[in-house]
Amino acid sequence: MLDDRYPLEYRLYPYARSTDQDAATPVRHPVVIMGGGPVGLACALDLGLKNVPVVLLDDHEGPGQGSRALCFAKRTLEIANRLGCAGPMVARGVVWNLGKVFHEDRKVYEFNLLPEDGHELPAFINLQQPEFERFVIDRIRAAQSAGAPITLRGKNRVEAVQQLPDGVALEVLTPEGPYKLEADWVIGCDGAGSPLRKMMGLGFEGRVFEDSFLIADIRMKNESFPTERWFWFEPSHKAGASTLLHKQPDGVWRVDFQIGWDVDRTEELKEPNVRKRLDAMLGADVEYDLVWTSIYTFQCRRMTDFRHGRVLFAGDSAHQVSPFGARGANSGIQDADNLCWKLAAVIAGEAPEALLDSYSFERQAAADENILNSTRSTDFITPKSEVSHMFRNAVLDLAEHHAFARPLVNSGRLSTPATHDDSPLNGPDAVTGAPERTRPGSPCADAPGEEGYLLRRLGGMFTLLALNCKVPSGADALGCAVVDMACSPEGALGQRYLGTRGQAIYLIRPDQHVAARWEAPTLSDISEALERAKGKV
Amino acid sequence: MPDRPQSALVTMPNIPDPDGFYSELIALHDGRSAQDSAALNARLILLLANHIGDRDVLRAAMEAAADSGHAR
Repeated sequence: MLDDRYPLEYRLYPYARSTDQDAATPVRHPVVIMGGGPVGLACALDLGLKNVPVVLLDDHEGPGQGSRALCFAKRTLEIANRLGCAGPMVARGVVWNLGKVFHEDRKVYEFNLLPEDGHELPAFINLQQPEFERFVIDRIRAAQSAGAPITLRGKNRVEAVQQLPDGVALEVLTPEGPYKLEADWVIGCDGAGSPLRKMMGLGFEGRVFEDSFLIADIRMKNESFPTERWFWFEPSHKAGASTLLHKQPDGVWRVDFQIGWDVDRTEELKEPNVRKRLDAMLGADVEYDLVWTSIYTFQCRRMTDFRHGRVLFAGDSAHQVSPFGARGANSGIQDADNLCWKLAAVIAGEAPEALLDSYSFERQAAADENILNSTRSTDFITPKSEVSHMFRNAVLDLAEHHAFARPLVNSGRLSTPATHDDSPLNGPDAVTGAPERTRPGSPCADAPGEEGYLLRRLGGMFTLLALNCKVPSGADALGCAVVDMACSPEGALGQRYLGTRGQAIYLIRPDQHVAARWEAPTLSDISEALERAKGKV
Repeated sequence: MPDRPQSALVTMPNIPDPDGFYSELIALHDGRSAQDSAALNARLILLLANHIGDRDVLRAAMEAAADSGHAR
């Protein structure tokens, strides 16, 4: 009844009987999270570190096998850094900068990503999903030892949910039978197929792409392949209509073949058939072990609303994108980042419930942006009409000879964090000549300062960042952290936050997005913006 | 030249020696299959579009092209 649906990579939270199962009446918890993937784990850790008691229910006992979400972008790593687990991820992950694009048997061009200087964390790393999850769980264990109220329950599958006027009632199945639970709030992080969404009868609309992709993770035996990303359009080896080669830790490469819609999955996944494709691509003399194979199809869709009363949806359960651009797990971690401080503030009585509607508003816009980008990549990689195919190949032909066509080549636009331009939480943008990239709604760009990197100094609470000036007197009583930093116009900090001005004060949200900025605010300017950023206006 | 907004699409005659240009364009396609010609046209559109670079002009050109056609 509670059989695993997939094999585990690590069994990190084996089933253990909870006293809740023996309670006469259902025990009530402030927050229950459904799903132990990257998003559910990030929510549990973030809330637990904010001292909000949280119970995570997963129908498995640890991360599943398979590299799956492979590419973790800088914003995800910055969030992980705030949560205290980016270090081991970066140490273990693979960083690449050089990409090559091929069409048929010709190299069309290569590009070097040359990441911008002055950031603590790399633009992205390649790291297998179960490794990412293990590092978050390690951090959760350390936080638990230090008293964070986090509970992970393996082999606890939610079978039914019911909204109550002030909470949610859940029926949970375990290997020892069912029990009942109640929660003030539920976060659904139970993936694209979200059982929670289905139990609540909620829709998930969007576009289905009629194509399948075969993933083969392989460990090379002798060959030393370079740490680069190679993408083939219509490769002459014919092993796939497009093919992607990507490096993972431990000498493992991911190969991703586009194999068409009408395929026999069982047949395609047989080792000899997978090897036939790989041999065609790599040459018959390259030796390798197959580590993991899988076939996936994808949809681009989202829920209309991410909040339904006391139930909030985050990650793939709320929105699903094509894998091109690494926008799945990365956007889900940003959901967690956006949601957790708001939920903690509502639970603590510091903000009205309406603050949670801003989660829905901001992250729905972000999901639309991700869906737009990943749909455009998909349409370029797998053209849907003859004329679209012709223009795609015209771009590739031109890109071989002319630089102008290279930005039109779209084999995935890497995940960048959303700027919440129209958010109701945004306050004044009152620094004339300040850079666009740090306008209200933007995620703070990192920059080095005299006492370490900016994002480290911001931490995870409302912060007033005073650059080359002092906050008005009384501002330190508003309940915000105050960070004073000096910067020159030429340095990264000055360039990213001051532009042409000599000084500025930024109000920064707990998720490190800019709420408002001024050249010289009064105390009431600041307290008004703070009220607005807490959803009180 | 009459005043016009900087990003308006030029739809008045603007090519010197129109007959010469036209025969060059047709000669470019001599001996090519229909598919080859269509691919060549696609490359030509992309090159010209990049040269123009102005999104408003490009959008106006797409609209003018779409509006002037007859379904056949």
